Amino acid sequence: MARRVAVAHTVTATVAAWIVGFVIFFPILWMAITSFKTELEAFNTPPSFLLFQWTTENYATVQERSNYLHHAPNSIIIAGGSTLVAMVIAIPAAWSMAFVPSRRTRDILLWILSTKMMPAVGVLVPIYLIFRDLALLDSRIGLLCILCLSNLPIVVWMLFTYFKEIPKDILEASRMDGATIGRELVYVLTPMAVPGIASTILLNVILAWNEAFWTLNLSTSEAAPLTVFIASYSSPEGLFWAKLSAASTLAIAPILVLGWFTQRQLVRGLTFGAVK
Amino acid sequence: MGSITLQDVRKAFGPHVVIPGANLQIEDGSFVVFVGASGCGKTTLLRMIAGLEDVTSGRIMIDGANVVDVPPARRGLSMVFQSYALYPHMSVRGNIAFGLKMAGLPRPEIDRKVDAAAAILNLTSYLDRKPRELSGGQRQRVAIGRAIVREPKAFLFDEPLSNLDAALRVQMRQEVTRLQRQLKTTAIYVTHDQVEAMTMADRIVVLNAGSIEQYGTPLELYERPANLFVAGFIGSPRMNMIERETEQHRGAATIGVRPEHMTVSRDGDGWSGTVRAAEHLGSDTFLYVDTPEIGSITVRCVGELGLGEGDSVRLRPDPTRIHRFDKSGTAIR
Repeated sequence: MARRVAVAHTVTATVAAWIVGFVIFFPILWMAITSFKTELEAFNTPPSFLLFQWTTENYATVQERSNYLHHAPNSIIIAGGSTLVAMVIAIPAAWSMAFVPSRRTRDILLWILSTKMMPAVGVLVPIYLIFRDLALLDSRIGLLCILCLSNLPIVVWMLFTYFKEIPKDILEASRMDGATIGRELVYVLTPMAVPGIASTILLNVILAWNEAFWTLNLSTSEAAPLTVFIASYSSPEGLFWAKLSAASTLAIAPILVLGWFTQRQLVRGLTFGAVK
Repeated sequence: MGSITLQDVRKAFGPHVVIPGANLQIEDGSFVVFVGASGCGKTTLLRMIAGLEDVTSGRIMIDGANVVDVPPARRGLSMVFQSYALYPHMSVRGNIAFGLKMAGLPRPEIDRKVDAAAAILNLTSYLDRKPRELSGGQRQRVAIGRAIVREPKAFLFDEPLSNLDAALRVQMRQEVTRLQRQLKTTAIYVTHDQVEAMTMADRIVVLNAGSIEQYGTPLELYERPANLFVAGFIGSPRMNMIERETEQHRGAATIGVRPEHMTVSRDGDGWSGTVRAAEHLGSDTFLYVDTPEIGSITVRCVGELGLGEGDSVRLRPDPTRIHRFDKSGTAIR
């Protein structure tokens, strides 16, 4: 009896999870489908779901009009580079706050996070002027810096919560075993923190890849990543749903693949500390 | 060599004083147990000796040299943690070898020492396993192996057996004691369990609110407790403290009589009372007796007495084993 109830529970939970998953995934699916329609078909009401004339002409047009292979490397450099720099800064920061906390550590952490509470548009003008004066507008290095800075709070917090979970006893044991701080980091802490560092890197790459506000405002062509590539299809000449969808599908494809293969790490990173 | 001396060692976290000033002399090769209730500062004191906690003031001498400013890595001590604190990503061999590797010993020598330590602790067949593949007792032995392999000046044990079940604890207690006698290395062992303290120690330090109440051999503490705290802490069941005036007082503010130092009879002289509850353990009987004269008294009798709830009894303390304390709680000798 109890067993049957348990099975029913499992089935209900599974069905519910699939429904929720489908609802969340639906916009992406819809976008992918729309990218294979003609512009006319894309505007049809009621919309056709699968029974329409499938075409790949949008992809051809998009590639012809704006070179995907110019924007994709920019996205890779900006997302990858900003993540790398953020890690170099955040690992030692999180380390010291997790293992050698001072009376002000809590305040510093909150202060770091508070910068995320400010709407980015509030500092757009000063940042724009600084970028102009430093000749950083439409440069990869400029975008790399701004994305690194804007994601740094999240990276520090993620690593901090992760490091916090590492028992202090183990570090102290290595100290008693004669390890210097440097060796303690290399031989004991880093191997234990690898899963946390990996999931932080992944999440940060995704955040940087999808970041649209700064990339749209601070770049035009040379350094423009894929976000600019997508945005160019929502233009004054009118909306091109099918081409916009094709561009978006192309833009998210690499990160979707990355996310698919690393989903276990990602989920672990996002829920870390939530469940003991 | 491993003699350890504490001179006026003080510890405060901001305005909160944890250790108001400890003085202690631990001789080379002895097994000293710090015992006290939780929060009494025993672990803090141990961590200060280890170097994991800063000393607010005072001196800690190891073999005559003040080590207060020496980092833990260079004090030549090794520690066994309550949580075992094994390196989860290393094999048992890696765990035991880590300290030797840090010391820069050549590989063949490391292997030889690890194998020797593993043999002593019956870990030879587990050397390639990860800590998560071991039972609690085996993990504890790895932690001990990691401590002994470095041949330290002293071992520091921080409640190492408290995560083990009762049977294993008794076994490990004996193993640790045997190992320490064999290696003749100074050991400081922190516990809240007075049975561990009494059975393992050469000398016991009883701590209360960060102060050392008494330092002595187990039997000294049992037979001549320095004050009310030690009298109440050592011995199970607890010593009976009698504050009401009786003919045995002889000028003391409080007298203490251990439950096992009283004789019980159905009639005769002595304090009269009624048995409120009786616990029959077979080997012993614990009687909880209410007396109109001196309050509630616990008595421990050897064997089975056939006394039960509601029976009237007479209690006679052994006059040579009455402990007397003055108003401040200090023993009168």
